Amino acid sequence: MCLGIPGRIVEITDAENSMALVDVSGVRREVNILCVVEEGKPAQEYIGEWVLVHVGFAMSHLDEEEARHTLQLLEELGELQEHLS
Amino acid sequence: MKYVDEFRDPDKARKAQQQIHRLAERIMQCRSGPLLLMEFCGGHTHTIFRYGIEQLLPEAIELVHGPGCPVCVLPRGRVDDALALAQRPEVIFTTFGDAMRVPGSRQSLLQAKTDGADIRMLYSPLDALKLARENPQREVIFFALGFETTMPSTALTVLQAEREGIENFSLFCNHITTAPTIEAILNDPDMKLDGFLAPGHVSMVIGEAPFAFVAERFAKPLVITGFEPLDILQSLAMLLQQILEGRSEVENQYRRVVQKQGNHPGQQAMAKVFQRNDRTELRGLGSIDHSGVRISDPYARFDAERKFPLPGVTVSDPAGCRCGDVLKGLIRPWQCPKFAESCTPQQPLGALMVSSEGACAAYHQYADVQTLKIKRQQASVADPGAH
Amino acid sequence: MSDIITLAHGSGGKAMDELIRSLFLTTFANPQLAQMEDQARFDLATLQQQGDRLAFTTDSYVVDPLFFPGGDIGKLAVTGTVNDLAVGGARPLYLSCGFIIEEGLPIATLKAVVESMQATAREADVVIVTGDTKVVPRGGCDKLFINTAGVGVIAAGIDLSIQTARPGDLILLNGYLGDHGAAIVDARGDLALQNTIASDCQPLQGLVNSMLECCPQIRCMRDATRGGLATVLYEFAQASACTMEVEESRLPVRDEVRGMCEILGLDPLYLANEGKLVAVVPEAAATELLQVMRAHPAGRHSAIIGRVSQASRPGVLLTTGFGSQRLIDRLTGEQLPRIC
Repeated sequence: MCLGIPGRIVEITDAENSMALVDVSGVRREVNILCVVEEGKPAQEYIGEWVLVHVGFAMSHLDEEEARHTLQLLEELGELQEHLS
Repeated sequence: MKYVDEFRDPDKARKAQQQIHRLAERIMQCRSGPLLLMEFCGGHTHTIFRYGIEQLLPEAIELVHGPGCPVCVLPRGRVDDALALAQRPEVIFTTFGDAMRVPGSRQSLLQAKTDGADIRMLYSPLDALKLARENPQREVIFFALGFETTMPSTALTVLQAEREGIENFSLFCNHITTAPTIEAILNDPDMKLDGFLAPGHVSMVIGEAPFAFVAERFAKPLVITGFEPLDILQSLAMLLQQILEGRSEVENQYRRVVQKQGNHPGQQAMAKVFQRNDRTELRGLGSIDHSGVRISDPYARFDAERKFPLPGVTVSDPAGCRCGDVLKGLIRPWQCPKFAESCTPQQPLGALMVSSEGACAAYHQYADVQTLKIKRQQASVADPGAH
Repeated sequence: MSDIITLAHGSGGKAMDELIRSLFLTTFANPQLAQMEDQARFDLATLQQQGDRLAFTTDSYVVDPLFFPGGDIGKLAVTGTVNDLAVGGARPLYLSCGFIIEEGLPIATLKAVVESMQATAREADVVIVTGDTKVVPRGGCDKLFINTAGVGVIAAGIDLSIQTARPGDLILLNGYLGDHGAAIVDARGDLALQNTIASDCQPLQGLVNSMLECCPQIRCMRDATRGGLATVLYEFAQASACTMEVEESRLPVRDEVRGMCEILGLDPLYLANEGKLVAVVPEAAATELLQVMRAHPAGRHSAIIGRVSQASRPGVLLTTGFGSQRLIDRLTGEQLPRIC
């Protein structure tokens, strides 16, 4: 279950209630970002960040470094095989 | 689309596929019988069918499509309760689209809507709260469904309602938790599973620790898995690697999203608003200890079950349905005698035919139904004693 | 004259007469309508000069909301019927229109719809020659329903049939998939999504005309409306007893439509279109036809999306961008947004 889609925070619409506009491929939706903001850090600083959105809530940050690492591992699988054969 | 397209790359898929074949071959040198790997989550089932992943796998691997589809395991009696709420004249009943076609004992929400009930499909529980704000003279009920991925969103919506002092909003709570459901499957004496793909988005909320018992107590390998097709292939390779090396550990393939500890604000909101039930009935699986939650006492006024009278009648599954056996991986969907006969996506009899996430519906939509039927007939000729 | 439609506007009396004269006659202005007879009349000899068969079709239009990005119910009611004629190889000529109006509809709304119909009819080179108006009490219908029927003439030698697709033929599509379906989902507003997706609602008779001029051997065409591309391909496969093989990577889908589908768990293959046609053509003619289609404003993003192959069991086979294949079935009921 649990459709979750990566999107980018483009605007803070209501800092008090942790609401932000998130862009998914040109489609925008107001989303609650309470679960991904740290206390004390101004909401504005999250603009531009990628988050995983589920039913109108940003539930996690997307970690670019880890994404690259995962893809790198897949790439290396191939190299390893070419090496072996 | 960033973070999506890269994980659908056919070149990398080929590499992962070769790796899977190589590992499976080595494992099969010293065992007989297929490797049964369960993807617990319906989202994974959907990806597996949408991208034809089973075709890419060696014959030795059988994917078992687990019960991680909250709509599929929703008992018929609970649907009847939802209908009773939706039919109250003062109520605007709101739900995710997923629940619309789930049959109760007489009707689905879609049919009740046709009959005039005010039922609205929404994308987010926040939209239900907005409806409550805009319609102070009506009672807005949100059909809260789903595993831990969805629970923070409904919990936070209740907390928001409390903050705003909105009194005409409540949840009809049917949330269930993942770990007890997996445990129930592992406790089944007929269980033959060799490993699990664990739901990435549930883990994003609850973290890695709640799955540790699978590796520690049941000695089964488990990989927390993302939802793109490459995620699934990579996780299958990781599972096979563990099996080959005789390890059983919790590994995390979906590191770009899942942190070891999960999401703290989400967990806090859940802990505040929900409390565990002693026992919860899951369709096809029966009663499972501590799998479900209800709204905790301090938030009772947001609990539709306490706000309105409910029939609360338990309705057993139609006779002959073998949903439970499919969910536990004991039979394949097409081996059920009702599959594509009296149970179809148009007229679902069993839970797994209801949601597009359900294993039976997925087979019906994406596989060749005629071939499966022939396969079943041949099997029953070869083994007339079956069933 | 009041500014809303009342039951009197459908009663056959003065109010109705005034509505017909002030709105329909002046907007649709043409000689047949001006006669105020109960039926439009045509000179058969003139029709026969244009072809040897008459094509006749009808469709009803109910859409919520009445106005959406890229179109409105009036534009839809003309393009839909024009396109049903065009994809059969007919040159669309005349339309009828029946309005079923819920009392209370602002006359300004009706006027905007009627003007949009006339503008679209002019664009599609058809004439609205006869019509009917009924008003129902509140709740009897949802604001406004429109039925249009259309006649057209099929030129000698053109014989399109969905039973004629053959293995080896190529499958062409005239542009982006799913724009209409996505625009409507969004315009309803229940899902609170913001975007700039507009319906692809457009008449196709000009494009079809160019296609048939370049390639009279086109086997069949159909507009991919409700049920989307998947449904049309399924119908072709069944009627021709072939497999329709399409490649996901060749399907034109806008980024925004993809984004919306990912968010709501929808499949663009099943989203409705209102200005898209699928054509099956012999391979030898496909490249030239594609160029002709791309040169036409209604086909700028045309693509060859797949081919027809022999079938042991007819159906639609999609090769995913991931390199695997899956069968495409028809929808069971409407596509609903999902979270799972």
